[in-house]
Amino acid sequence: MEIVKQKVLALNGDEAVAYAVKQSDVDVVSAYPITPQTIIVERFSEYVANGEVDTEFICVESEHSALSACLTASAMGARVFTATASAGLALMHEILYVTSGCRAPVVMAVVNRALSAPINIHCDHSDSMVERDCSWIQLYAENSQEVYDSIIQAFRIAENPEISLPVMVGLDGFSLSHTLENVQVLPDDVVRKFVGTRQFPFIKGHEGKMVPFKLDPENPLSMGPLDLYDYYFEHKRQQEEAMQKAPKVIQQVHEEYAQMSGRHYGNGLIERYNLEDAEIAAVCLGSTAGTVKTVVDELRAEGVKAGLLRIRTFRPLPVEEIIKALENVKAVAVMDRSLSFGGYGGAVFHEIRHILYDAHIHPYVVNYIYGLGGRDTPRNLIHKIYQDLQEILQTRRVEKPVKFIGLRE
Amino acid sequence: MASEYEFTAKDIVEKPEILMSGHRACAGCGPATALRLVLKAVRGPTILTHATGCMEVVSTIYPYTAWKIPWIHTAFENVAANASGIEAALKVLRRKGRIKDEHVDVIAFAGDGGTFDIGIQDLSGAVERGHDFMYVLYDNEAYMNTGIQRSGGTPHGAATTTSPAGSVIPGKPEYKKPISDIMVAHGMPYVATASPYYWKDLITKARKGIEVDGPAFLHVIAPCPRGWRYDTSKTIEISRLVVENCIFPLWEAIDGEYQLSEPSEAIALKPETKKPVQEYLRMQGRFRHLFTPKFEKVIDEIQWITDKRWQRLLKKCGIN
Repeated sequence: MEIVKQKVLALNGDEAVAYAVKQSDVDVVSAYPITPQTIIVERFSEYVANGEVDTEFICVESEHSALSACLTASAMGARVFTATASAGLALMHEILYVTSGCRAPVVMAVVNRALSAPINIHCDHSDSMVERDCSWIQLYAENSQEVYDSIIQAFRIAENPEISLPVMVGLDGFSLSHTLENVQVLPDDVVRKFVGTRQFPFIKGHEGKMVPFKLDPENPLSMGPLDLYDYYFEHKRQQEEAMQKAPKVIQQVHEEYAQMSGRHYGNGLIERYNLEDAEIAAVCLGSTAGTVKTVVDELRAEGVKAGLLRIRTFRPLPVEEIIKALENVKAVAVMDRSLSFGGYGGAVFHEIRHILYDAHIHPYVVNYIYGLGGRDTPRNLIHKIYQDLQEILQTRRVEKPVKFIGLRE
Repeated sequence: MASEYEFTAKDIVEKPEILMSGHRACAGCGPATALRLVLKAVRGPTILTHATGCMEVVSTIYPYTAWKIPWIHTAFENVAANASGIEAALKVLRRKGRIKDEHVDVIAFAGDGGTFDIGIQDLSGAVERGHDFMYVLYDNEAYMNTGIQRSGGTPHGAATTTSPAGSVIPGKPEYKKPISDIMVAHGMPYVATASPYYWKDLITKARKGIEVDGPAFLHVIAPCPRGWRYDTSKTIEISRLVVENCIFPLWEAIDGEYQLSEPSEAIALKPETKKPVQEYLRMQGRFRHLFTPKFEKVIDEIQWITDKRWQRLLKKCGIN
């Protein structure tokens, strides 16, 4: 396939989301404004007001209702989108589980922002990390270009009948959401063709015949019934099976998209940056990867064998890919932009150390909690992390596996 | 606003059931009767959505369902938001030619807990936005599904498991929230109250609620033998008494204009036929503690609030 000719627009991350949604033939958008997500709903409202989209926009009275309306619109067979951040995602918590449990392929942009208290509007990953177990696919973008590309891909992933699970695309509050970037955008018709029309799994209906899984007067279904100890467990297992099928679909969609756009984000699951011969490596997700890549380049110029593993798909966790990516690395620093209070390090650290236990490779794995509440993470902090890793390799000792970085001690 | 829907008892009996038999509601369940009657008013393709509550629980348990037509339940406090999503999807999918080109009605069911209390925000929001759906409140005056806890719909003096009749506090100290008046104050096109005893009135109002463009709110009193503590054979009798004593008068507000319905209008015209509250209270175990010298003044308070609200209603209906 030939790479499609694209135009370049100056968009911030939120605008990139709105533009992608505008092009994706979305039927229903239901959302509630919250900083730093507001630009998404504002831009989309303009598209609606100017007749640029054929979408029902429900401007609801809370995030709880936003997702509740998305869920039933999706159950009706509509393509559905919402966006939120921080407290808004926390308010949706109950319905996040209901949405995935009803197998509704809702797509949501999460503009990552710290959770209260104290109240803070800036970026960290506390809001979506706490939702990592709710059976939503989670993609984290590094820049606004990837935000745009990932939103379009998300519809194809979510609506794949083998998957039928909701997808959230994380973009860092302010550092992406409010920062202008040159974003290449595909022509409208190309995006529309790529996302296609909504596909449905078929299930056995009330009258015994196979029917599309949606609310349809001609093929009545009951959705969301009481489901106790005799079937609930199997239904949860089915959700997990769909999750396990997702990496393949995410990769396929990513590859198909890459062929027409010319843009790859690793293999869609993880991105390896100078990892092939790396002795020391950082692991992170989100916009911080941009800074880390610069530092890796600087270290490489000095002859230091440094690398980066960026996790793009955090749920489902690409276990085999992560093992392969890290199998030759001797010391790994996992960077967490959220905190599991009272636990042993952050959520990403938990996963990486846990994976490597069974992998017959045992690099040193340390954890850095960074950037909470939007605290800046400049290059010198990243350099410090790589210096620590070098020191660990020299001394063969880890003094403190979990450290906070970039704050007053 | 008059509905052209004319029907006889025979028509109703012959109309196919939507809430099928075999569900697990208790004997004498008021809500089951209320819903069955509401669904006799359905005029064509319809999608139902249901808040968590008694009727959601008794009408489904995977892999069984009592619902003949499409039905979805998601959570407790969001049924009006669910209805909003369904209605929005119907509009856009029809416009885009992705579903059959026909009108589909949307009906939301919720109990008093899901309406007076936890669901009032999303109900208010959905009505403000003007979605075309009918919201049916089946009011059994407490959280019956979880074991008879008090709600904003529980009446003054009633004993529940969280407003027990103690030696100091005689049941629920607060008065019932005037939910239907709150809905009228939203400026919505159709609000009505109904009782299963007056089945024809109930079905007609349900039909009007379905037919109206925009949101409609139907408040159905739905006695619960388990929670109200009365014999299961008395549900319909209690549904009549609660109207006759004006605790639950029947009215409609069309575009905010209140109008008494026939059974209550008859009482307004002949005030001497208005029954005192005692007989109704005496039939129910939840008020048993009031018939003691220590707490009998609560009966006066119930009579007082009933009369006060009745007079206020008469004024709204232009009857003095």
